[in-house]
Amino acid sequence: MKFDAPATTNPIDQLKVVGQPVDRIDGPLKTTGTARYAYERHDAVPNAAYGYVVGSAIAKGRIKSIDVAAAKAALGVLAIVTAENAGKLEKGRLNTAKLLGGPEIQHYHQAIAVVVAETFEQARDAGQMLRVDYDREQGSFDLRGGMDTAKPAGITAGPPDTAVGNFGSAFAAAPVQLDETYTTPDESHAMMEPHASTAAWDGDKLTIWTSNQMIAWGVGEVAKTLNMPKENVRLISPFVGGGFGAKLFVRSDAILAALGARAAGRPVKVTLQRALVINNTTHRPATIQRIRIGTTRDGKITAVGHESWSGDLTGGKPDGAVSQTRMLYAGADRMTATRLAALDLPESNAMRAPGEATGMMALEIAMDEMAERLGMDPIEFRILNDTQVVPDVASKPPSQDPQAINNREAQSPSKDKPFSQRQLVQCFRTGAERFGWDKRIAQPGQVRDGRWLVGIGVASAFRNNQLTKSAARVRLETDGTVTVETDMTDIGTGSYTIIGQTAAEMMGVPLQKVAVRLGDSSFPISSGSGGQWGGNNSTAGVYAACVKLREMVAQKLGFNSAEAAFSDGEVRAGNRAVPLADAARDGSLSAEDAIEYGDLDKKFQQSTFGAHFVEVVVDAATAEIRVRRMLAVCAAGRILNPKTARSQVIGAMTMGVGAALMEELVVDKRVGFFVNHDLASYEVPVHADIPHQDMIFLDETDPMSSPMKAKGVAELGICGVAAAVANAVYNATGVRVRDYPVTLDKLIAKLPAVG
Amino acid sequence: MKPFTYERANSPAQAAASASRVDGAKFVAGGTNLLDLMKLQIETPKHLIDVNGLGLDKIEETAEGGLRIGALVRNTDLASDKRVRKDFAVLSRALVAGANGQLRNQATTAGNLLQRTRCPYFYDTNQPCNKRQPGSGCGALQGFNRSHAIVGASDACIAVHPSDMAVAMRLLDAKVETVRADGAVRSIPIADFHRLPGDTPQVETALGAGELITSVTLPKPLGGAHFYRKVRDRASFAFALVSVAAVVQRDGSGRVALGGVAHKPWRVEAAEQKMPQGAKAVTAELLAGAKPTEQNAFKVAVVERTLGAVLAEAKG
Ligand SMILES: Cc1cc2nc3c(=O)[nH]c(=O)nc-3n(C[C@H](O)[C@H](O)[C@H](O)COP(=O)(O)OP(=O)(O)OC[C@H]3O[C@@H](n4cnc5c(N)ncnc54)[C@H](O)[C@@H]3O)c2cc1C
Ligand code: SF4
Repeated sequence: MKFDAPATTNPIDQLKVVGQPVDRIDGPLKTTGTARYAYERHDAVPNAAYGYVVGSAIAKGRIKSIDVAAAKAALGVLAIVTAENAGKLEKGRLNTAKLLGGPEIQHYHQAIAVVVAETFEQARDAGQMLRVDYDREQGSFDLRGGMDTAKPAGITAGPPDTAVGNFGSAFAAAPVQLDETYTTPDESHAMMEPHASTAAWDGDKLTIWTSNQMIAWGVGEVAKTLNMPKENVRLISPFVGGGFGAKLFVRSDAILAALGARAAGRPVKVTLQRALVINNTTHRPATIQRIRIGTTRDGKITAVGHESWSGDLTGGKPDGAVSQTRMLYAGADRMTATRLAALDLPESNAMRAPGEATGMMALEIAMDEMAERLGMDPIEFRILNDTQVVPDVASKPPSQDPQAINNREAQSPSKDKPFSQRQLVQCFRTGAERFGWDKRIAQPGQVRDGRWLVGIGVASAFRNNQLTKSAARVRLETDGTVTVETDMTDIGTGSYTIIGQTAAEMMGVPLQKVAVRLGDSSFPISSGSGGQWGGNNSTAGVYAACVKLREMVAQKLGFNSAEAAFSDGEVRAGNRAVPLADAARDGSLSAEDAIEYGDLDKKFQQSTFGAHFVEVVVDAATAEIRVRRMLAVCAAGRILNPKTARSQVIGAMTMGVGAALMEELVVDKRVGFFVNHDLASYEVPVHADIPHQDMIFLDETDPMSSPMKAKGVAELGICGVAAAVANAVYNATGVRVRDYPVTLDKLIAKLPAVG
Repeated sequence: MKPFTYERANSPAQAAASASRVDGAKFVAGGTNLLDLMKLQIETPKHLIDVNGLGLDKIEETAEGGLRIGALVRNTDLASDKRVRKDFAVLSRALVAGANGQLRNQATTAGNLLQRTRCPYFYDTNQPCNKRQPGSGCGALQGFNRSHAIVGASDACIAVHPSDMAVAMRLLDAKVETVRADGAVRSIPIADFHRLPGDTPQVETALGAGELITSVTLPKPLGGAHFYRKVRDRASFAFALVSVAAVVQRDGSGRVALGGVAHKPWRVEAAEQKMPQGAKAVTAELLAGAKPTEQNAFKVAVVERTLGAVLAEAKG
């Protein structure tokens, strides 16, 4: 189905099932431990051996030799695979470094071997027996040191640099100016389930039960890496214990499980130990961001400039921290620039809202600072500079071919393109009332509650909505139930549920009559999960398949498909009503289709908006910062399931608190690795850090996005949160911290004396 | 994890005797620290002696009016004991500030005293660490040391002792009771129990090889107002950047001990004479000779300010 004209009324608008806050249909499986994850597929693979991945002890250099003798002779060891005996391996298109290193080493904990044994303990012990002799080389590990030699590099959402008007002279002429630099650290996805795969060969056919967000990409990557035809690769990933972008890509667990299984002549399962999740896989890169804003005396932005530096291995990509600055606020003269420094740290890549998450951390502090300089309320300052058209070059819609993700060329300018929907102002107004913003005292350090200094802060939320092709198969079974099959993944987001709701609404059956099967590469190719594109696109694909199935049913039952209504398990037109199941009396009916997009997203900028409100308290003595309450107001198209969508947003808010207050992969700039590579030392929020969260979805349907009229929401929730926290800390203390995370050591020296 | 043999000991004397008989033996109690370290091969005992069945899990009153805490008393049980909560509240508060509920249910009194540092270089066997591998160097000294020691450290090691419980015990002048292989028992004042790193950071306590902790005794209650303030980046389930344990009497006299600043719970009795003069004076003496790094210099201010807040609260 081609979606190339704005959506009109369709069966989804009935909202009998879609739009309802139903419980997630996979919930009982998860709460009873019967949802099987990639490392637990004893049902499918009863005899898997265990693979243990050994990571490089150096960040850069070469392996001179690996002595495997002791490991090979160890109890229970079945096989050891290193680059020496793995055969020729290609690098995946979506990987920057090789998944099996050697002799060249590209980063710390790059996999250099997998040891396969009868038990996990045997494999791990033998893995620690490898004697590896390295030639170390000095690498570059310091982003600040790499700034001078950093090069322009395109971001996923467009060209590296943009310029409108003459920023330099407009900024110089602006009566009120801000020129500040902000930094954000490297961050780990820290999802609960580490990367894990179980691989089994049947002749030259390979099946990998894995934990992956993008099944079709994964098939292509496995096939390319192992030099085999795609047809011989099957990926199965029905449950994913969190991904946040870490599992967009095939990582060493999958490839080494496959190689280990081939070498051992037996299925092998591999999970990455947490240290390897952090240094072996991808992470969100650190950024240094310079922001300049010039305004008139009454607060109109006349010039805005945003430059960002981040680092990656050679061949990698920069963080897209400047992308929202091209779209969020008005201002005639503007520039953005993106520079990439070559670093020898583990490869960086997407993490929840890549680009906007880091960009908003900086931009939204800058807006708060600017409002203060102007003596304006930060909400009023933002509202004054709202724009209903894109003021700069907007983001490019993603390619229809998921395999081409790395090949997006720079796009043509899209200045003055209108937004399909933009309720930023309404988000602020609604939130201000609910949160009690009017009680804020603009002058910082004024509110005290016992030992606590109290402050509130606000920030915009912004994230683009991306359209991408998505297919599904829908089958009317002979018993009148409906089965949906698509390779879409549910990474904890609620995909099972909203897909079930879509099919139920379309086919006029209760949700209980719909079976949803996901995450198998033998199913039609979906959008997959990432970039907050999964919800809208995957359900739109199911919608397309359902439209086709409805036509088949109508034809079978002798209805005119344009007139037939599907509800309560029946098909009706005029006075005639026939049970839906009758259509499958002679055998099940199956329809497959995909949603494909025209150029609506070229004519209209599709983005999601929100406002974050945060109250923090800061211990007047210790400078410990604790969040007291949070509110997010989101305008993100139709909310397909308010319950699962709310979970996504409050989870994202939690992650935003982590980014604000504690998350930091600490780089040892001598050795070149992330030092705090476990969950005891890489701190993420615990329950005690998140006492109260509130959230509101504004009513919105976006006919430009898809027949579902929905957009993404799961990443919107994180964008801006950290800045709202940092702004609240400023309001509480009068100390402006521009280097995340905002920790007590950055405040304490500037707090008033105790007692 | 290296293969090891396992034995369940039936009496303290037998446990100590086995430990001295088998080379490379270790006791295992709750296992919450030892097993993690074994998985990473930071600890590689050849023989494990399970001490959970020794009957050392009681809290008894001593003739002097204090408490004898069995080595195997779980952190949760100790923290919730009525006598501890009433007379040794600082200990109870320190315990519940540590780790999380599940860990405290499993962790034991002796195991907690003997838990090893959380220095990240100690945990990564690719990195130099004099504590893990004597003579290999110290990764933290010029590396990431935000959470490391500011006082009492050496060029060989700047790690801190991570325990909360031990800080309160140091404040209370607890004694560690042990039994050796030959059956000899002794009582080690907690001040002498943990050591500073010096040139041998791998030697962390006064315990001899195979020496078993049987109990920890607390002298009679001190009275006064009890405080345990643990300063950390997140609200729970995080090790202390700094912790301040204090008992403050009505007349302003009292005691103070610190966690998160040294290789052992840090207490300087002489500094306590300054308590009536306020936090600044006490801190100056407590941290005299402190040599913080650039990354952890903030801890000095945290100590002084937190102590200041405690003293202010004690005054009411
Ligand atoms: C994620 C995490 C967070 C934590 N957070 C904190 C925290 O915030 N604050 C805090 O204080 N602690 C914290 N801990 C540490 C925890 O308190 C210790 O792991 C626990 O107290 C160790 O007790 P155990 O009985 O499990 O010791 P084990 O692991 O069994 O043993 C530890 C050591 O003690 C020795 N040992 C045990 N019993 C005896 C005995 N009777 N005589 C002689 N030697 C003995 C063992 O041989 C071993 O060397 C944390 C731990 C984890 C894993
Ligand atoms: S501080 Fe101590 S524990 Fe840490 S690396 Fe140095 S020697 Fe090892």
